[in-house]
Amino acid sequence: MPSTKRQADPSFDLEMNRTVTIEVKQLDRVVIRFAGDSGDGMQLTGDRFTAETASFGNDLSTLPNFPAEIRAPAGTLPGVSSFQLHFADHDILTPGDAPDVLIAMNPAALKANLGDVPRGATLIVDTADFTARNLKRVGYDENPLETGELDGYHVVPLNLTAMTVESVKEFGLTRKDASRAKNMYALGLVSWLFQRPVDTTITFLETKFASKPDIRDANIAAFRAGYNFGETAEEFSVRYEVKPAVMPTGTYRNISGNLALAYGLVTGAQRAGLPLVLGAYPITPASDVLHELSKLKRFNVTTIQAEDEIAGVGAALGASFGGALGVTTSSGPGISLKSETIGLGVMLELPLVVCDIQRAGPSTGMPTKTEQADLLQVMFGRNGEAPLPVLAAQSPADCFAIAVEAARIAVTYRTPVVVLSDGYLANGSEPWKIPVIEELPTIDPNFTLEPNATNDKGEPTYLPYLRDPETLARAWAIPGTAGLDHRIGGLEKEDKTGNISYDPANHDLMIRTRQAKVDGIAVDPITVDDPDGTAKVLVLGWGSTYGPIGAAVRRVRKVGGKIAQAHLRHLNPLPPNLGDILKSYEKVLVPEMNLGQLALLLRSKYLVDVVSYAQVRGMPLGAAELAGVIGNLVEETEGIDDDARHLGLAAASLKHGEAALSDELHQSEGAR
Amino acid sequence: MSTVELGMPSLPNGLRGVPAATEPQNRKEYVSDQEVRWCPGCGDYAVLAAFQGFLPELGIKRENVAMVSGIGCSSRFPYYLSTYGMHSIHGRAPAIATGLAVSRPDLSVWVVTGDGDALSIGGNHLIHTLRRNVNMKILLFNNRIYGLTKGQYSPTSEPGKVTKSTPMGSVDNPFNPVSLALGAEATFVARTVDSDRKHLTSVLREAAEHRGTAFVEIYQNCPIFNDNAFEAFKDPETRDDAIIPLVHGEPIRFGKEGRLGVVRDGFASLAVREVADLPNGEADLVVHDAHTDDPAYAFALSRLTDAGVLHRAPIGVFRSVERPAYDDLVRQQITTAQEAQGTGDLQSLVTGTDTWTVN
Ligand SMILES: Cc1ncc(C[n+]2csc(CCOP(=O)(O)OP(=O)(O)O)c2C)c(N)n1
Ligand code: SF4
Ligand SMILES: [Mg+2]
Repeated sequence: MPSTKRQADPSFDLEMNRTVTIEVKQLDRVVIRFAGDSGDGMQLTGDRFTAETASFGNDLSTLPNFPAEIRAPAGTLPGVSSFQLHFADHDILTPGDAPDVLIAMNPAALKANLGDVPRGATLIVDTADFTARNLKRVGYDENPLETGELDGYHVVPLNLTAMTVESVKEFGLTRKDASRAKNMYALGLVSWLFQRPVDTTITFLETKFASKPDIRDANIAAFRAGYNFGETAEEFSVRYEVKPAVMPTGTYRNISGNLALAYGLVTGAQRAGLPLVLGAYPITPASDVLHELSKLKRFNVTTIQAEDEIAGVGAALGASFGGALGVTTSSGPGISLKSETIGLGVMLELPLVVCDIQRAGPSTGMPTKTEQADLLQVMFGRNGEAPLPVLAAQSPADCFAIAVEAARIAVTYRTPVVVLSDGYLANGSEPWKIPVIEELPTIDPNFTLEPNATNDKGEPTYLPYLRDPETLARAWAIPGTAGLDHRIGGLEKEDKTGNISYDPANHDLMIRTRQAKVDGIAVDPITVDDPDGTAKVLVLGWGSTYGPIGAAVRRVRKVGGKIAQAHLRHLNPLPPNLGDILKSYEKVLVPEMNLGQLALLLRSKYLVDVVSYAQVRGMPLGAAELAGVIGNLVEETEGIDDDARHLGLAAASLKHGEAALSDELHQSEGAR
Repeated sequence: MSTVELGMPSLPNGLRGVPAATEPQNRKEYVSDQEVRWCPGCGDYAVLAAFQGFLPELGIKRENVAMVSGIGCSSRFPYYLSTYGMHSIHGRAPAIATGLAVSRPDLSVWVVTGDGDALSIGGNHLIHTLRRNVNMKILLFNNRIYGLTKGQYSPTSEPGKVTKSTPMGSVDNPFNPVSLALGAEATFVARTVDSDRKHLTSVLREAAEHRGTAFVEIYQNCPIFNDNAFEAFKDPETRDDAIIPLVHGEPIRFGKEGRLGVVRDGFASLAVREVADLPNGEADLVVHDAHTDDPAYAFALSRLTDAGVLHRAPIGVFRSVERPAYDDLVRQQITTAQEAQGTGDLQSLVTGTDTWTVN
């Protein structure tokens, strides 16, 4: 049980007197979505609610969703920005398919989000902008709050803007400035509604606006006023309580994928005792990794904002040549530009960590939307036979462990390594059990300091391409090491000496050796979650689909379906036991946010006819929809006729499908 | 990591941080065991010989010299020197060298590139390296042709040039590499000629001593695909009138019997005149000041270079000014951060401030 479970600050409501008694309802989980104009501060509001929820001890998962335009025209559908948070008293895997509560700050936010919100849900709507003109702008001929269109929802129409302005009038702000605190008013209100601890937000506002006292005070006042409004207003007769989740013991924090990735990279470099040099060019959704690392100079981290992606990876590779851990971070379009340099890294056999925070493509695609369609690009998108290891994080917090693993492989095997994340992991967040850094294994760069061979004349000499027989890693001497000077380059190397060679047999040998080195990288076997070992269907995913697949699997099991699940974090090389596992199931379903890229790899490598489930909408897979697909496949495999099938439908339409099942399931989920 | 020794006090600013050699070195130590594979008569040989002869006099440890090149005939250079070296990919050497220079203040970093490598595919990296002023020395071997790919015109080829890819003559307007570098506000810009070993060596020396990016254009003859492109500067008949010598502190006077000189001519530009025609004779000539802060002066000098077939061009150091080097500033920020905040407690970083404990 969380020891720091804090209740809402009681001093808040002291002066309040209220005639209606408030009922407190217990819920096991809630999905809440804040939606407004991009200028309304919805991301910040969502972040704060998340921080409050994390400090309360719920398990949680978030999904920020914002337009690529910095400020699309105010009040329009393209300008809507939203933040969804799923929190629960048990472990959860996704930000949730459908909100239970929508906070809509204007007509556009209502219109853009209503389709995702099932009837029965609560809609808290700021009515200030519900004028005929604004309604028209987003295609409402009449006010939906009055037409009956929202029947079946629990609608709470409030003029949040006016109430905010009223609550901050003592600070003498302009109406415009005053109304900008309405997101804090709304946050205060839902904080009351869900009994969130409020002190983290107060402290946050005090620090954030320390240099602007009137803005600070207005925001705090609006936040408190929103909270107190919930307490006194007759609109709310119920408050909700979601108990803290039962989680493995330890100290936790909330963390987003990009922050976890930045921390993992620094940790990898530090465990290897190497300075970290990042070469990067800004691109959504990868830029935050550059931002975070540039704050960490004291950890011997150098960040170079290069003139383009090619220079970014070039600087990283140059730093690796000098004995640092070179890192470059980008997204799909930038990775395309880096390909040639990554190929050089393969030839030079130097450590290099390449992080691809994937976004929806092709070309510029949908920069702020998520996808996992760069798998084949990073596997094969280089000229010649240029194999390299590929890893993929499965959840926001997992970006940390994956980055450390990437550093280990890059340094140990002297090779470029690709880390795949994506927009969903990058910006999404979840609680993370903080690791003890000192307990993480160290990484040995094992620099060559002395000659490692003797030449024909019997003199000691250095052979840069002499290999460790176990790992096939080459001997790595860095500039400044006396007696070991050598020249390397992109031309084919002679075995051992590294001299230029056009010898046919040597080329064949080197091609095979580089491949063998990557193939031989030590990777843990994959574990399958198959509770009673009788499932006929395996669902196999990779990367950020871990959450939705896990949630879908729970749904199917809850309605009695037998289904096995496994998830890949290593995509090259694949886990050693994968082939046997694939062959031990009658059907293997591979859900991906692309048109079947992993499926293609698996079919060609293992000759297993996997079933591809592909959704490329720029959004994470929907758990309910996927559960339907899995349910169907399970029954099909069991020989049940089309019209007799029910599992898929039942799994898809489960209300709280993700709710924890048995203790047994909890255990099989393992570490997250 | 090797430790960073401070260079001997006698080392110039450009080599600050590089460990000094403990014993005198000779040319042979810098010659690698690799067979040199340029065409007979290629200008690259002369540059290589001058470079190998010049390196020992820098007085730094051989293992602390790092050569980075792109792709092209000239970019083979690193293989022939017994220093650390990387023969990288086409156009990217300045970017790669930036990462190396930033992370290793104890190295003397040299980039070897060609006119295609530096000005065509790698143009972006070149200008950004120059504007940042990263501590590296860039040797641009300008043969005004693509040598390695067997003779296509390059971004420095003269208009109308007939090559394999321009049978009717090139319609591209060429770059003047020196003007380009000055436009990017390079802090050290020079031009020299492959065949003049003495001049070449003196320019290399000044480049090495400069802190920041030193850009050196070397006129290099390609006897196979663009023979005699720089003949005017070599032929005893023509060279006196062809070479406008830039010597810091001296009036810019040249030609047979010193009959020609450079004077100010209108707004921010310079012109070549017969000294005899000037009202005050030599007193009217521009006295070369490579330390002039405003790059417009050096730029005006660079415009005295013929745009088409070369009959005349200034040779020497156009500009040599001081500006903080990018890599020094980057490292300074790390030092400042460490002084202010310590070397960083990783555990407290990853833990952050908002935590909760489950018992
Ligand atoms: C990405 C890429 N594009 C094209 C080439 C082919 N290529 C090699 S060298 C070169 C031009 C070299 O010209 P320059 O830089 O002037 O060098 P030179 O050979 O004249 O010394 C070209 C086009 C290549 N190696 N890589
Ligand atoms: S082609 Fe020209 S530049 Fe290249 S090696 Fe031959 S002579 Fe030298
Ligand atoms: Mg050339």
